[in-house]
Amino acid sequence: MATEQTRGLGRLLITPAVAALFIWMIVPLVMTIYFSTLDYNLLNPGTEAFVGLENYFYFLTDPAFLASLQNTLVLVGSVLAITVIIGTLVALLLDQAVIGRSIVRLMVIAPFFVMPTVSALVWKNLLMHPVSGLFAWIATSLGLRPIDWFAEAPLFAIILIVAWQWLPFATLILLTALQSLDEEQKEAAEMDGAGAFSTFFHITLPHLARPITVVILIETIFLLTVFAEIYVTTGGGPGLQTTNIAFLIYSQALIQFDVGTASAGGLVAVVLANIVAFFLVRIVGRNLET
Amino acid sequence: MGRITLEGVRKSFASHLIIKGADLDIDDGSFVVFVGPSGCGKTTLLRLIAGLEDVSEGRILIDGANVVGVPPSKRGLSMVFQSYALYPHMSVRGNIAFGLKMAGLPKAEIDRKVEAAAATLNLTPYLDRKPRELSGGQRQRVAIGRAIVREPKAFLFDEPLSNLDAALRVQMRLEVTRLQRQLGTTAVYVTHDQVEAMTMADRIVVLNAGRIEQYGSPLELYERPANIFVAGFIGSPRMNFIADEAARRYGAATIGVRPEHIKASRDGEGWEGLVTDAEHLGSDTFLHVDIAGIGNLTARSIGEIGLSAGDRARLLPDPAHIHRFDENGKALHA
Ligand SMILES: Nc1ncnc2c1ncn2[C@@H]1O[C@H](COP(=O)(O)OP(=O)(O)OP(=O)(O)O)[C@@H](O)[C@H]1O
Ligand SMILES: [Mg+2]
Repeated sequence: MATEQTRGLGRLLITPAVAALFIWMIVPLVMTIYFSTLDYNLLNPGTEAFVGLENYFYFLTDPAFLASLQNTLVLVGSVLAITVIIGTLVALLLDQAVIGRSIVRLMVIAPFFVMPTVSALVWKNLLMHPVSGLFAWIATSLGLRPIDWFAEAPLFAIILIVAWQWLPFATLILLTALQSLDEEQKEAAEMDGAGAFSTFFHITLPHLARPITVVILIETIFLLTVFAEIYVTTGGGPGLQTTNIAFLIYSQALIQFDVGTASAGGLVAVVLANIVAFFLVRIVGRNLET
Repeated sequence: MGRITLEGVRKSFASHLIIKGADLDIDDGSFVVFVGPSGCGKTTLLRLIAGLEDVSEGRILIDGANVVGVPPSKRGLSMVFQSYALYPHMSVRGNIAFGLKMAGLPKAEIDRKVEAAAATLNLTPYLDRKPRELSGGQRQRVAIGRAIVREPKAFLFDEPLSNLDAALRVQMRLEVTRLQRQLGTTAVYVTHDQVEAMTMADRIVVLNAGRIEQYGSPLELYERPANIFVAGFIGSPRMNFIADEAARRYGAATIGVRPEHIKASRDGEGWEGLVTDAEHLGSDTFLHVDIAGIGNLTARSIGEIGLSAGDRARLLPDPAHIHRFDENGKALHA
């Protein structure tokens, strides 16, 4: 793509794709912006009126907003921490020549292919159910009181489910990165007298810095919008304990039928996501250079 | 001190015997080169000494102590890898200091040693660069710096110069030998380049298919090869081998004459034949001559002797430099 001519041709050829993408993105965005300035409730159709920024004011001053913002950040942060740390450990394990490695690998990857709603239902009804769940059975057979996960530690329960879903992704990316680590480098470290821990912290972990960054960036994008798991298990409750921003917007729009405030919330979420992305790229994106 | 002794060392991978019994005594302070064709087990033998592979049988002694089962870091050796294996995220300083840091030396002492090593290798201006910001030769020197800074009993080199261009190779060859002599540390050096082997080594180990064919000084190998393999491997162009009738006249199954020990002329004495190819290097001329009943021989003459392809020439081997071999390929000595 060096000459003027090839560059011009290149631009011409990508124009339709760029135009399609642009329309695809801009139309919903503009409509959302438009709705966010209306007093628009589905219960009173035909009475839409322009209200300026009032919807934003309601959304941002609603106590539910701060609570759900906090829940969102706790959820994203915890799942990131769990998946990156445990993912690294599992990847290290799978990188060793253990017996039946290919089967273990397949099993580790499997959760990624389970739909969020399905996995949430499995966790809710088969594992975490306070009466018939597996965890309850383990607790009672050990003589302990079973935990009612979704009542006593609802956010933690959601974090467990989401982390379980995202662990394979982190493991897979980190495992491929580990396999690309030059064997001679590890041997050089071995000759230099580095033990297993020193080798991990001085050689392996720096090598993983970049893939870990990728995992964090990609997971953050999806974790900011976790919805199905909450919808299926707790419905945002008890109270607001498991309501994140995505769920709050949903409840504004389809439980309270307030399209205007929901649209305003949606735009707030977009801005928030961009702020998070900005800081993430600032902090960890440095690893992606060169 | 750094005397390395191998006693009946064997190594198999799965069921393949790769090193078929190596006995070797490497003197303290000497520069020993392993040469041999690709796949003969040079790297494997070096890694066995380093401790990166476990021996299947036999003993490896360093300064008289058996090190079989001793981890690499406790053997007091350091290794320069073919790929350099520098730590990419550490600066040159970090790379050289890493071994010392792992040994738990005080910071001031590490700094002093790293700077001394860097000065020896002309790396001082680059101490704060990352490996990717260095040229091939500089990376090579960092790898060597990492090896010397720990003051090991011996250096192990695995084809350290094979990634460099020809001119740099010659220069680094001299630098490595000079450095080794100056430090007086034992060095074991793997290469498949026989010029490197001949110029750098105090003693050469010629390996072939997992066996040590001969162990001796470069000139010993050149003048008194123990068998046909060594005779053919050392020296360039290759030694000429003549079998059958002509060899029997010398009381051997095969005789060998090096190209430089054959005198070529237009009409002098010796075997007569047709020049099939002539390579004129200016300083030398290599003539390939077809001789009836003997085969194609190569002769090397100094300068230009006015013979080219298509000419007829006469070749006269120097009787003092004829090597005789029995039917098993072993050298016969008078
Ligand atoms: N880890 C291993 N597993 C199985 N076979 C191996 C292993 N390492 C080496 N070999 C085999 O051992 C033989 C010797 O290998 P080695 O690397 O020592 O050769 P080399 O003399 O260093 O060759 P080169 O000059 O090409 O580097 C080869 O046939 C190789 O296939
Ligand atoms: Mg090799």
